[in-house]
Amino acid sequence: MLTGDFSIQSPKKKIEVRNLTKIFGRKTKNALFLIEKGLSKREIFEKTGQNVGLYNVNFDIYEGEIFVIMGLSGSGKSTLLRCINRLINPTDGHILLDGNDVATASSEELREMRRKKMGMVFQNFALIPHRTVLDNVAYGLEIQGVSKEERHTKAKEAIETVGLKGYEESKTSQLSGGMQQRVGLARALATDPDILLMDEAFSALDPLIRSEMQDELLALEDKMQKTIVFVSHDLDEALKLGDRIMIMHDGKIAQIGTAEEILTEPADDYVSKFVAGVDRTKIFTAEAVMKRAEPVVSINSGPKVALKLMREHGISSIFVVNREKHVEGIIKVDDALKGSKEGKSIRDIMSDDVTITHPDTPLNELIPVIENSSPLAVAKDDGKLLGVIVRGSVLGALAIEEV
Amino acid sequence: MAMPKIPIGEGAETLVNWIDDNFGMALDIFSDMTDYMISGLNDVLLLFPPILFTLIIGIAAYFIGKKDLKLAIGSVVGLLLIDNMGLWELSMETISLVLSSAFLALLVAIPLGIISAKNEWAFHVIKPILDLMQTMPSFVYLIPAVIFFGLGNVPGLVATIVFAMPPAIRLTNLGIRQVPKELTEVADAFGSTPLQKLVKVELPTALPSIMAGVNQCIMLSLSMVVIAAMIGARGLGYQVLIGIQRVDIGQGFEAGLGIVIIAVILDRFTQHLTPK
Repeated sequence: MLTGDFSIQSPKKKIEVRNLTKIFGRKTKNALFLIEKGLSKREIFEKTGQNVGLYNVNFDIYEGEIFVIMGLSGSGKSTLLRCINRLINPTDGHILLDGNDVATASSEELREMRRKKMGMVFQNFALIPHRTVLDNVAYGLEIQGVSKEERHTKAKEAIETVGLKGYEESKTSQLSGGMQQRVGLARALATDPDILLMDEAFSALDPLIRSEMQDELLALEDKMQKTIVFVSHDLDEALKLGDRIMIMHDGKIAQIGTAEEILTEPADDYVSKFVAGVDRTKIFTAEAVMKRAEPVVSINSGPKVALKLMREHGISSIFVVNREKHVEGIIKVDDALKGSKEGKSIRDIMSDDVTITHPDTPLNELIPVIENSSPLAVAKDDGKLLGVIVRGSVLGALAIEEV
Repeated sequence: MAMPKIPIGEGAETLVNWIDDNFGMALDIFSDMTDYMISGLNDVLLLFPPILFTLIIGIAAYFIGKKDLKLAIGSVVGLLLIDNMGLWELSMETISLVLSSAFLALLVAIPLGIISAKNEWAFHVIKPILDLMQTMPSFVYLIPAVIFFGLGNVPGLVATIVFAMPPAIRLTNLGIRQVPKELTEVADAFGSTPLQKLVKVELPTALPSIMAGVNQCIMLSLSMVVIAAMIGARGLGYQVLIGIQRVDIGQGFEAGLGIVIIAVILDRFTQHLTPK
């Protein structure tokens, strides 16, 4: 998921947030004026008693991505999410959803957008207590006036999607936390909205279940291609789920970027402190640390060519490839020396004991492998060599941490 | 020099007279309708012979009490005892009066509770009135009731309605305000209309609290219906009043016991109907 090539594909903008400001309190005009003058959140609070929740926020969310809004409590992330479906009315600014402004929509227009375009999943599940699982999931359709038969059919599909088949008639209070949140997710999916708003959706679950739900959300997203706006205070979760991550601080955007961009090029001190504790081995993939597979030696050339290339590049082993750039084997410098003296062919002296790894493999899975067999070849399923990983490049990636 | 007395009493009198003069017609219509309601209900209750009625209540109690025999047996024994004491008709009269006034009180109180939960302005108006109503001695309600409706069941019912409303208003208001914020957000986030939000999310979630209000309303109605005997409301209360006037300990005690039995049955029934 962490491909980070959205700029290349230039996909459609699904949600555009423009100059979004939220001030909590009654005399918002004063505070707005002070924001324009550039005062900080704390200064404004001291002067006016108004609490600035969001501070002139601008960003886009693209169709089909998982966009994680990340920050500590009080950073404005939940406020921002609730401005998107206007559970909280913004003080100023615009939220364009497929080009239509949510902020200025009439209550009928807003209701229509909430019904058809957005589903929401809540931190504490927020299941309606007197309803069964089925009727909870069918709620969104019920209020749209969908017939009982049709909404139950759709709700059952959604329940099956989240893996709760058989629990339709259960009371929600009988379910475990993880199952309750599956119901919450099914409820949001039942109306088949384009956008899922997820407010700390997995934060109330214990770590094992949380991780399981994250995996399932990613699997669902692969199938359904919804636009997901996911609010989280857990950086590991953000890095795992987010195609792009927006880090918020005091109602402002600190940085927007892919997981790797945020880890390798933190925009400011706040972000770098924020990401300092991250286990990078889970985030960086083989692709991120590999070097270009150069040089390589063709299987049709001789040991002398291999020896020359190794000498020129100062390396002790070299990959042998065929015409399609598929890895055939590896030659160590000792074998090459011996081979060239004895006049053997490359095929005779190469070892086919090569470890090939997929570019999406996270580093923590590579570390035990690389200890035994350096270097590693990186190739996709088609077998074409993309790059090599040597022990040094793994250590190098992990060392960036100290900024 | 003594301060001249502020004419509060005179003011109240003027107001009451003014209402009587200007709304006499409406009051008469209301009086006739409620009288019809009470006596109608009373007639229906008396259609059943005591044994059959007792049996029906016993069976109902068995199912309402989740097939626990305690409530059923208690209700049957209590009702048989009332019949045995010769208080059956008076009891039915009391029950008609209680159920009529509780029904009318709830008809006003629950919507008022909803309005005061939804609207801060309404809440700030209603709350002090409720405080006043609940601190006012219950006898005081009898005075305007007598002036507007004379003596009999109807003024008793009116005083009872006024007396029994406040807890139902309060508990409805409280129940709706205590609906978790995430649940109202769910209703909004999926695009509910305000009415859908109220009917499908808020009222069902607030139901235990509202039912507690219903229970309180019925219990207060019963206690007021007894007091309303002083302005001619019929039933067991009147029997107690006669017992007091004649210093007839036996008669007063039996009527009092009848009231307690009815109170316990009504209380247990409404409590068991409250979703847990």
